[in-house]
Amino acid sequence: MPPRDARSLADEIASTLAGRRVTLMEVCGTHTVNLFRTGARSLLPPELRLISGPGCPVCVTGQGYVDLACELAAWPDVTVATYGDMIRVPGRTGSLEKQRGRGGDVTVVYSARDALRLARERPEHQVVFLAVGFETTTPATAATILEAEAGGVDNFFVLPGHKLVIPAMEALLAGGEVPIDGFLCPGHVSVIIGSAAYRPVAEKHGRPCVVAGFELAGMLEAVLMLVRQVVAGEARVENAYDLAVAEAGNAVARQLVDRVFRPAPAVWRAMGTLPASGLELKPAYRRYDARVHFGVAEGPDASPPGCRCGEVIQGKLDPPECGLFGVACTPLQPVGPCMVSSEGSCAAWYKYGRPGGGRGESR
Amino acid sequence: MCLAVPGKILSVRDVDGDAAGPIATVDFQGSRVEASLAMTPEARAGDWVLVHAGFALTILDEDEARETFTSLRLALGDEPDGPAGLPPAPRGGAEPSEPSTH
Ligand code: SF4
Repeated sequence: MPPRDARSLADEIASTLAGRRVTLMEVCGTHTVNLFRTGARSLLPPELRLISGPGCPVCVTGQGYVDLACELAAWPDVTVATYGDMIRVPGRTGSLEKQRGRGGDVTVVYSARDALRLARERPEHQVVFLAVGFETTTPATAATILEAEAGGVDNFFVLPGHKLVIPAMEALLAGGEVPIDGFLCPGHVSVIIGSAAYRPVAEKHGRPCVVAGFELAGMLEAVLMLVRQVVAGEARVENAYDLAVAEAGNAVARQLVDRVFRPAPAVWRAMGTLPASGLELKPAYRRYDARVHFGVAEGPDASPPGCRCGEVIQGKLDPPECGLFGVACTPLQPVGPCMVSSEGSCAAWYKYGRPGGGRGESR
Repeated sequence: MCLAVPGKILSVRDVDGDAAGPIATVDFQGSRVEASLAMTPEARAGDWVLVHAGFALTILDEDEARETFTSLRLALGDEPDGPAGLPPAPRGGAEPSEPSTH
């Protein structure tokens, strides 16, 4: 489709709404940030409410997982390899960064393959890769486990924490506590799962789903498609990011995942255990599971006192409504993961959403 | 964490040791990064791909990729705490960028 000017898209969104109040959830943390950063939010009419969803992998990871990662980092000869955005997430006794300060071996990697490389370079160490992330990230973990198997690397392990987006969307709808008229669906998750994957959400739950890219016009285009459907009383899946997303997604990537993982219940921060919302290693690959190898288990999920991240990731609360927001909790002194992660909703509101920094008022 | 950036494949080497697919060298506006083609085994030198955490997620149409490149870069900005999915910073090389928020 020909690129359209952001202003004219915003005008059409306003005229289509014609004053009607509509709430859309942006499922993906990168959308939360980019809706602020590009100025999209400030162009939208006040009757359109955008709420964040459970799409920031670091934010939805339960505290028990963080605690277990910190515990493993303290073991002698264990190296914990992690994506950068996990390192400052607070656990019960501090973050991985704090653990490193206490002598724990924690290394930031850009790719799961870098963690495997570490294992090859340090045969005397046991390298544990923190496998967090949604469908975008999971195939990389699967391919890396297959590479470890092919290479006979026996000192590489993963701490499975991968999650699936659609079960979380369905859980929010089933909970019924959050009014959601439609979903702005994550662009890069959809590259893998395909736009067709949202059909159950649209058809069973009657909520329109539009897959969106990440630049200003693309996001506004997707919002307009959603608003048109809501106003017309429709609930279909549409794709506003066909540059990268095919209806069927990437089958090769999904096959990699299916070889190694199978669906399993998963703990979501403050949401509890959701059935078939995560992935566990299949029996043939369970020896790569750090929980199995080290005989450890995750403790309970919990949240730092006063932190309301659990409500934030479910769209029940806008970050400024948390009593700690911007006072006790800032990006430099984060209390909860939603303020730590660069795509956490609290961090985005803090950086862009305060008075003078775009649309900051909470409604 | 689900960030992914478009880059152009400069060269492809066939399966590298035990890797689950071919390995490509990808150019991101001057910085060169290694990316696995395990999910896009049909990608060739000259193709544009969308890369996340060291893996090419999909092949992109060249013209559209060029067009969105600038706006994506703008949209992604330069986060200080090195989110997963982005190639390690303009410094180049394969070294992961450490968080630098002090
Ligand atoms: S502002 Fe801080 S304490 Fe409050 S919900 Fe967000 S991360 Fe938690």
